[in-house]
Amino acid sequence: MQLSRSARIALRIAAGIGFAIIYVPLALVLVNSFNPDRSASWPPPGWTFHWWSTAWENAGARNAVWVSVKAGLGATAIALVLGTLIAFAVARHRFFGRNAVSFVVVLPIALPGIVTGIALNSAFGTVLKPLGVGLGLFTVIVGHATFCIVVVFNNVVARLRRTSGSYEEAAMDLGAHTFRAFVDVTFPLVRSALLAGALLAFALSFDEVVVTTFTAGPGVETLPIWIFNNMTRPQQAPVVNVVAAVLVLASVVPIYIAQRLSADTATESRI
Amino acid sequence: MTATQPAAGRTPVRRLAGLLHRRRRLRLSLLLTAPLLWLAVLYLGSLAVLFVSAFWTTNSFTSEVVKVWSTDNFHALLTTPVFRQVILRSIGVALAVTVLCAVIAFPLAFCTARVARPRWRPLLVVAILTPLWASYLVKVYAWRLILSQGGLADWMLKPFGLSGPGFGLPAAVITLTYLWLPYMILPIHTALEQLPANLLDASADLGARPGRTFRSVVLPMVLPSVAAGSVFTFSLSLGDYITVQIVGGKTQLIGNLVYSNIELNLPMAAALGTVPVVVIVLYLLAMRRTGALSSL
Repeated sequence: MQLSRSARIALRIAAGIGFAIIYVPLALVLVNSFNPDRSASWPPPGWTFHWWSTAWENAGARNAVWVSVKAGLGATAIALVLGTLIAFAVARHRFFGRNAVSFVVVLPIALPGIVTGIALNSAFGTVLKPLGVGLGLFTVIVGHATFCIVVVFNNVVARLRRTSGSYEEAAMDLGAHTFRAFVDVTFPLVRSALLAGALLAFALSFDEVVVTTFTAGPGVETLPIWIFNNMTRPQQAPVVNVVAAVLVLASVVPIYIAQRLSADTATESRI
Repeated sequence: MTATQPAAGRTPVRRLAGLLHRRRRLRLSLLLTAPLLWLAVLYLGSLAVLFVSAFWTTNSFTSEVVKVWSTDNFHALLTTPVFRQVILRSIGVALAVTVLCAVIAFPLAFCTARVARPRWRPLLVVAILTPLWASYLVKVYAWRLILSQGGLADWMLKPFGLSGPGFGLPAAVITLTYLWLPYMILPIHTALEQLPANLLDASADLGARPGRTFRSVVLPMVLPSVAAGSVFTFSLSLGDYITVQIVGGKTQLIGNLVYSNIELNLPMAAALGTVPVVVIVLYLLAMRRTGALSSL
């Protein structure tokens, strides 16, 4: 389709506006962290680094980062194990209810977070409370792991479908037993898929608000919950601004890793 | 020395490996037991209890749940004007967000997939994906900053004698559109990129102008991807209540109603919670007819 010159220019302008809509809010968050004023009025009256040092010393924010990291690591570890197990079952076996299993895996992320949240909340209340276990970091990890399983599963199952079982069969024909074939052949094949899944799972957990609201015990404050609780307090606005700016900057890290991983995948698929 | 090296196939590890290799059923059940205990018992179990509790009631004095079967909650859902209003408003918001996303995403994806130089395309895809890694709350917060009084929106519209929309329903629609836009751009971009160039050439050879080619060739082939993107934009908007709390002013959507009922009337909250689930399932079924789900 040969587009006319004016149509191309119009499309470029439309795309430019589109990208501006996508990036202006993120840029605003960065700029606003240097805003000396507590209000968000535009343009800012000046520049200051003062709030960055205030935020660095903010105990609440620091503690929340730590809680989020712990919850993310715990949820990612559980999701890696469970997601990989299901992926192997679904990709390498035929059994009754296979489609149902793939469906149940997706459900926690397909349903609205609030439904998952209150379901888990009332289940924890009825099952754990009589055992003397209250809501806390543990319940947050359980909740997050539930919806993180799907991203690990998706990555690993896609990889297993691309690499047929014949590599393992070849290894076994050469005398390797099931575990040796797994360690030497299967695991290296799925390793980058596992890393990609872990990255996505951690990012998903680190960012989650709704399920966390219903599974966190009193005093357990992940970073998103901390931001949410402090967002509307004018006194805390400058610190929230800085934390938000840091999170925007930090999102470059997973993008970089994801790019490296997909480059890795590309070389692998060339074999 | 009586003990010799155990022959191959005799070590415990090898024996176990052999057992697992011969018995596929055993291997399968070992693979599935832990995940199914987690997902089917813990997760589906909790969901089932929640939906059963939608048929219970509460003691209006103590807020204690009374486990007596009744359909009162669903009756209230369909007859109470406030509930009906909020449900319709939520569906309207989800549809508006979906349409806005499609309208913004289409020209953008067309440019990145077919107009931009091939060398730049991978970079543009990264540029589309990047905001997905930025924190959800930070993005909502960004719009809170933009739309607040005297904020960027007010400043930009001031020369035209206008002011920003402030916090309310339009702000919620704008913010939700912003949040889910990448989910719409990406499938459209992929579909447009995979569109075979010779189909477009054939259409032109048969005398179609670009507009006609767009309507008769491009659009029908890309529509399933728009539908696939809309599954995300629609269901994510319908389930959201945080964004509305932050930028929506006094606006209530279905998620907010669920949230406000949890403490005092859990069965009602559960009944309200079934609404987005049912609507999303109906939407998925409708979209399946377009072939959208196979391209997900």
